[in-house]
Amino acid sequence: MDRRNFLKAIALTGAAFTTMKEADAMSILTQGFESANAATKYDLVAVIGGEPEVMFRKAIAELGGMKNFISRGDKVCVKPNIGWDQPPEMAADTNPKLVAEIIKQCFDAGAKEVTVFDHTCDDWRKCYANSGIEAAAKAAGAKVVPAHQESYYKTVSLPKGKKLKTAKIHEAIVDSDKWINVPILKNHGGAQMTISMKNYMGIVWDRGFFHANDLQQCIADACTYEKRPVLNIVDAYRLMKTSGPRGKSPADVVLSKGQFISQNIVAVDTAAVNFFNQVREMPLERVKHITNAQALGLGTTNLDSLNIRRIRV
Amino acid sequence: MLKKIRVTVSIILCSLITLYFLDFGGILPQQMSFMADVQFIPALLALNIAIVGALVGLTLLFGRIYCSSICLMGIYQDMVAWLSKKLIRKKRYSYSKAKTILRWSILGAVIVSFVFGFTFLLGLLDPYGAYGRIVTHLFRPAYLAGNNLLAEIFSKFENYTFYKVSIYGLGIFSTVISLLTLIGIGFLAWRNGRTYCNTVCPVGTVLGFIGKFSIFKIQFIDENCNSCGLCTMKCKASCINSKNKQVDYSRCVTCFNCIETCNRNALKFAPVGPKRQKVAEPSIAYNYQKGNQTVDDSKRRFLSATLITGIAAGKLLAQESAGKLLPKKDIKRETPIAPPGALSFEHLQDKCISCHLCISKCPSHVLKPAFLEYGLSGMMQPKMYFDHGFCNYDCTVCGDVCPTGAITKLDVDAKHQTQMGKVQFIKENCIVYYDETNCGACSEHCPTQAVHMVPYKGVLTIPETDQSICVGCGGCEYVCPAIPFKAIFVEGLNVQNKVEVKKEKKEEIVIDDFGF
Repeated sequence: MDRRNFLKAIALTGAAFTTMKEADAMSILTQGFESANAATKYDLVAVIGGEPEVMFRKAIAELGGMKNFISRGDKVCVKPNIGWDQPPEMAADTNPKLVAEIIKQCFDAGAKEVTVFDHTCDDWRKCYANSGIEAAAKAAGAKVVPAHQESYYKTVSLPKGKKLKTAKIHEAIVDSDKWINVPILKNHGGAQMTISMKNYMGIVWDRGFFHANDLQQCIADACTYEKRPVLNIVDAYRLMKTSGPRGKSPADVVLSKGQFISQNIVAVDTAAVNFFNQVREMPLERVKHITNAQALGLGTTNLDSLNIRRIRV
Repeated sequence: MLKKIRVTVSIILCSLITLYFLDFGGILPQQMSFMADVQFIPALLALNIAIVGALVGLTLLFGRIYCSSICLMGIYQDMVAWLSKKLIRKKRYSYSKAKTILRWSILGAVIVSFVFGFTFLLGLLDPYGAYGRIVTHLFRPAYLAGNNLLAEIFSKFENYTFYKVSIYGLGIFSTVISLLTLIGIGFLAWRNGRTYCNTVCPVGTVLGFIGKFSIFKIQFIDENCNSCGLCTMKCKASCINSKNKQVDYSRCVTCFNCIETCNRNALKFAPVGPKRQKVAEPSIAYNYQKGNQTVDDSKRRFLSATLITGIAAGKLLAQESAGKLLPKKDIKRETPIAPPGALSFEHLQDKCISCHLCISKCPSHVLKPAFLEYGLSGMMQPKMYFDHGFCNYDCTVCGDVCPTGAITKLDVDAKHQTQMGKVQFIKENCIVYYDETNCGACSEHCPTQAVHMVPYKGVLTIPETDQSICVGCGGCEYVCPAIPFKAIFVEGLNVQNKVEVKKEKKEEIVIDDFGF
């Protein structure tokens, strides 16, 4: 498996060099995309003390409502973390209530279609079912699509990536008009923390390549994918403080009742790490993919430079 | 009428259990594994007295109904024979003499080898096990391919009712055996109907013996019969001698084809009078004990234990001499990993007839037939491998479906406490060690944190293992991205251990600030 993936990666890297020109042209076409929607007062909204869906309603209202990010007729992809065969209480997967509320608001804003998926670590059918996300998303009207086969992924080139030059990204995102990144806040044995940027590992096919080629750089590289999420919504209603990302017992979980929303992926992850730091010491330097991403110009870790709205529910 | 009932029952049962084998998505209820439980050899091995009793009782009442309506291999042969008749119009059966010596010799060989811990022969010849393998290795890939085609078509229209599944080869040996069984038994059935049942099948021999004493039997009504021979020509068991107006009840599978075909009403299925009852042949009475198949458990255990210990000792010696680890070492599992609940290699080998239901039903694709890993007698029995997945921590499917009790049923708590193998970490192969970059994929997948990350150089963390809480699920081994050799793997255990799951106290933590 690994040998094959390695060879594949080499082949893909080769392919990337040959298609680089074309990709550059494409990124110019899509460059204006982020700024067009960024006409909001705040760079980041942080909410504490409420239920997931309540905190989201407050936060999105502060950002001018979902209409600011989703246009009528959009094909939207909502990408939660559904990586593990665990119930919501274990905080291994994004809170299903939050996912449902986001989907609902997308439809209210005029989305034509909302799809939900994750490239899971445990058996995908068990993850989809036991996380509660499949049921919640379907009830909210979204399409829950599989992601367990390579054929669902499309190769994209990442010219700005340092180690990761191409990646196979799920067609639900590649073919979408907008996508929303909805991670959950957890500690992580390898990447130290898993938040918005680490959630990108669930949109790609070949995660093994990441691990084998400087995980922290590859995570940052993946986030250079030209189609950025219109929102990063960090679910910190429950956070996993230890034994992450899978968790082994309820003792790993803290009912922290937080939520962080921003278009700036580096900032939102920085804020989430600071929040996590109150439970367990986690200096930002240890979470190297965040600083690596800042170096790639994907955002800032300097929260003081941002206009942040803090809300207590 | 009787024939119609038989055909209906057998078609329903056969389709249901075949579908149950093929159902990869878990749509059919788990309880359907009951249809495997009622098969004769599985019930016998599971020491399920109620079912064995019921089957023997059924046979004592009505003869070998089992072979006609419950046995899947029997139904398969009937289908082949039916097809051959459709295609060859003039096909007719004729009476043949019973091959008594041959069939009892085969049964004897099966029993003797089983007593000596060589269950392979029983597994090879048992009609249920053989049918299960045929479905698993031959029908299932075709079924999955069909599903994938549908998924391909439907997903073009953005419909995800069907989803694609991977089709994995499960080893050449079992596939070839299945193919040979399918062709061999199919060929015999095409030519002569129930040859397999009445010469080879150990269940057929046992039930044939019991069937001789059955109360209801196919009987000639002498005054109506003109010995036209039509019944003989229709008898797929070749057991009706119409000249002498006699039926060999050891071979009659009570299929009712003869009654259906007779236009003179010269055959009936009715209780026999006391006169006919005493026809039992004294010549084979000495075989009675074999028919009962009760086995001296302790002797069997002693013998198989001796064998296994011998094998294990050799393996242990080999392990000792393997010596120190070299840099970038290829991982080599010295001991295979038995499925959770198999208890020990000995238990598995005593009870498993390799029907491969567990392999078909495992949602994580971690089971496949062993070749020689368990030794000769364990060929085709399920072993764990982590090429395509790892054992789901909460999953108990293999034990739930196992009809023989080779894999014992575990509840989720018992599963969490079952250690199938122990983690082995090879630091020299680890990405954190030789690349000095973060990884931790192994620890990420570890459900018990038997693999956990500890501080290493600078901000790096490196895996540390605790074998005492490892369940051997293989998550770490499956996901380890180190190339060319994995840095972590699971070594199997001859006897599965119990691990203690520590209850952790939950701290009450209240967060009242943003932290930035």
